Amino acid sequence: MNRIDRTFSKLRKKQESALIPFITTGDPDLVTTEALILEMDRQGADIIELGLPFSDPLADGPTIQAASQRALRNHVNALDLFHVISSARHKTDIPIVLMGYYNPVLQYGLDRFAEDAAAAGIDGTIIPDLPLEEAGSWMKAARRCGVANIFLVAPNTPEGRIRKIARATAGFLYYVSVTGITGARQEIPPELSEGLQSVRKMTKKPVAVGFGISRKEQVSMLSGAADGIIVGSAIVKIIEAGTEETENGLKASPELVDRVGRFVRELKDATL
Amino acid sequence: MPNPDTETKTAFRLPPVAEKCVVRTKSGPDRKGHFGYFGGKFVPEILMPAITELEAEYRKARKDRSFKEELREILRSYVGRPTSLYEARRLGERLGGIRVFLKREDLTHTGAHKINNTIGQVLLAKRMGKTRIIAETGAGQHGVATATAAALMDLECEIYMGRKDTVRQSMNVFRMELAGAKVIPVDSGTRTLKDAINEAIRDWVTNVHNTHYVIGSVVGPHPYPVMVRDFQSVIGKEARSQLKKITGGLPDLIIACVGGGSNAMGIFYPFVRDQGVGMVGVEAAGEGVDTDHHSATLSVGRPGVLHGTMSYLLQDRWGQIKGAHSVAPGLDYPGVGPEHSALKESGRVKYVAVDDEQALAGFKLLCETEGIIPALESAHAVAYLAEAAEILPKDSAVLVNLSGRGDKDVETVAEIFRERGGK
Ligand SMILES: Cc1ncc(COP(=O)(O)O)c(C=O)c1O
Repeated sequence: MNRIDRTFSKLRKKQESALIPFITTGDPDLVTTEALILEMDRQGADIIELGLPFSDPLADGPTIQAASQRALRNHVNALDLFHVISSARHKTDIPIVLMGYYNPVLQYGLDRFAEDAAAAGIDGTIIPDLPLEEAGSWMKAARRCGVANIFLVAPNTPEGRIRKIARATAGFLYYVSVTGITGARQEIPPELSEGLQSVRKMTKKPVAVGFGISRKEQVSMLSGAADGIIVGSAIVKIIEAGTEETENGLKASPELVDRVGRFVRELKDATL
Repeated sequence: MPNPDTETKTAFRLPPVAEKCVVRTKSGPDRKGHFGYFGGKFVPEILMPAITELEAEYRKARKDRSFKEELREILRSYVGRPTSLYEARRLGERLGGIRVFLKREDLTHTGAHKINNTIGQVLLAKRMGKTRIIAETGAGQHGVATATAAALMDLECEIYMGRKDTVRQSMNVFRMELAGAKVIPVDSGTRTLKDAINEAIRDWVTNVHNTHYVIGSVVGPHPYPVMVRDFQSVIGKEARSQLKKITGGLPDLIIACVGGGSNAMGIFYPFVRDQGVGMVGVEAAGEGVDTDHHSATLSVGRPGVLHGTMSYLLQDRWGQIKGAHSVAPGLDYPGVGPEHSALKESGRVKYVAVDDEQALAGFKLLCETEGIIPALESAHAVAYLAEAAEILPKDSAVLVNLSGRGDKDVETVAEIFRERGGK
């Protein structure tokens, strides 16, 4: 059983939803990324989603696009991400899921990427531009190395297709809360609970919900309805606010890590 | 099957670049939209229903008489088709006695081949009950053609354009606005065409229930590369029958510029099975393929995934997409249509690159010999023609796709010539 499965089965027994915060690797620098992983773990995160920056993140809104751009200013690449995780792995056993677009994975080499990801301690991947039809080679490589490939479904995905995707997904099924791109939203759509409910009827695998969830009230509202709740842009915004432009490039303010930690704690409490 | 038209031409030798002609027995992609290793649908799940619907509706429309007739009628009376096939005699003489046939897409309404595709797609969108059209544009030609089609068919229209391009091509911004479209400047990434496509896709993801995304070239996820190719194939079909009337045969060589590759696919496709017809796609070498400022995707790129499709790309070793450059804004794209990647791999089409300097020389050459001002994109094809002419046998028939007119570029060119003191 990999770390993701263990976490969900433990939480299911406690009837608790997983809190899954997202940050972009290397935003604003790699040292901060490692510190954030450890701090978010301490503050109650159940799984961590780490973004691999890409020049053309077409499923992301302005907040995560900007995070990608900041990381790319530091030329952050897949190897850096593996190094950060290897290093964090000495101190934490929290499940870590990589979120990245397909081209950087492909250029690294699918087999090599899967091997190096597994060796670094990555438990799963979310590749938003790799739908089921195109995912064969990557799924094979990932499975061979014990890396879970997590698929997404959306509110407009037909039922038959949801079932097919649910069969193929590993770790959990990612339910996209809105037809749209990532980004904090004031309101979550009223149909969301219903949509989640019907998807959960179609699969025994855990279902985590993400896109647009930004406040603890929303988290607490969704905590019964989903096995996991993913919060991205709202956290990335705190990182953005805590980042300064200096002569030597981007610099994290001394309070940044604590601020993110406090927010993660609030969100986690909202799942209880 | 041997083609009778080519049987008599055994003595003819193609230029070295076009020598290795392999005839593909099968054309078009497989059911998942793959051209061999290339193509496919690498899109977020949210878009899957939309492109599945688009594929189904497109397949139906293609077989529907009334759709085809409506399209043909608009192309005839509004776009100005068939465009003429003009034998450029003075140019041919200047180039050592070859026969040059220009397919005059520059004479279409709005001044470039782009309109063939936008009329088709907007007609399809209307049929699908969509009320809103979006598109990306680089040079503005596709944006103008989309805005025009949307005005004609009374649909709401928004065009994404990189901030840098809105400044470089301000006249086209105004033309789009005149046609009632809203132009949205894009500030993300490199602020050029590829980022405008990202932004258009993000819009589509969000508004997919009422919106159709009109992609401007043979790029993007399946079914776009096929659909755009089909809408543009009217170029090659016309040229084929027009040339047969003039020379009684097929061309020895076809030359077209390649940005995303739609005008090239449009003129190549009806000849793909004709062994003996050489084909050359001309990319933009910008300031040189060994610099960081070019758009020679097929010449020096590597396969990868961008904007929903697997194809050649300009990228670094980590798979980050590089910026592209060309004096011709319409060639300024770090990707290329997947079918071109397949045609390159099979050897059926040769791809070469022509730099900014050569393109400017091609531009001048056509102005001087024929009084035709080509778009800077099309000038790349003319420039390669001049190069190929040196090794082409006398009287070779060369078909060149003149994809657009140069009105949009005269200021750019004037400025370059001014800087050099009038040359
Ligand atoms: C006149 C002209 N030719 C060629 C192109 C390049 O596009 P494609 O390669 O899709 O034909 C453009 C694009 O804007 C154009 O305006």
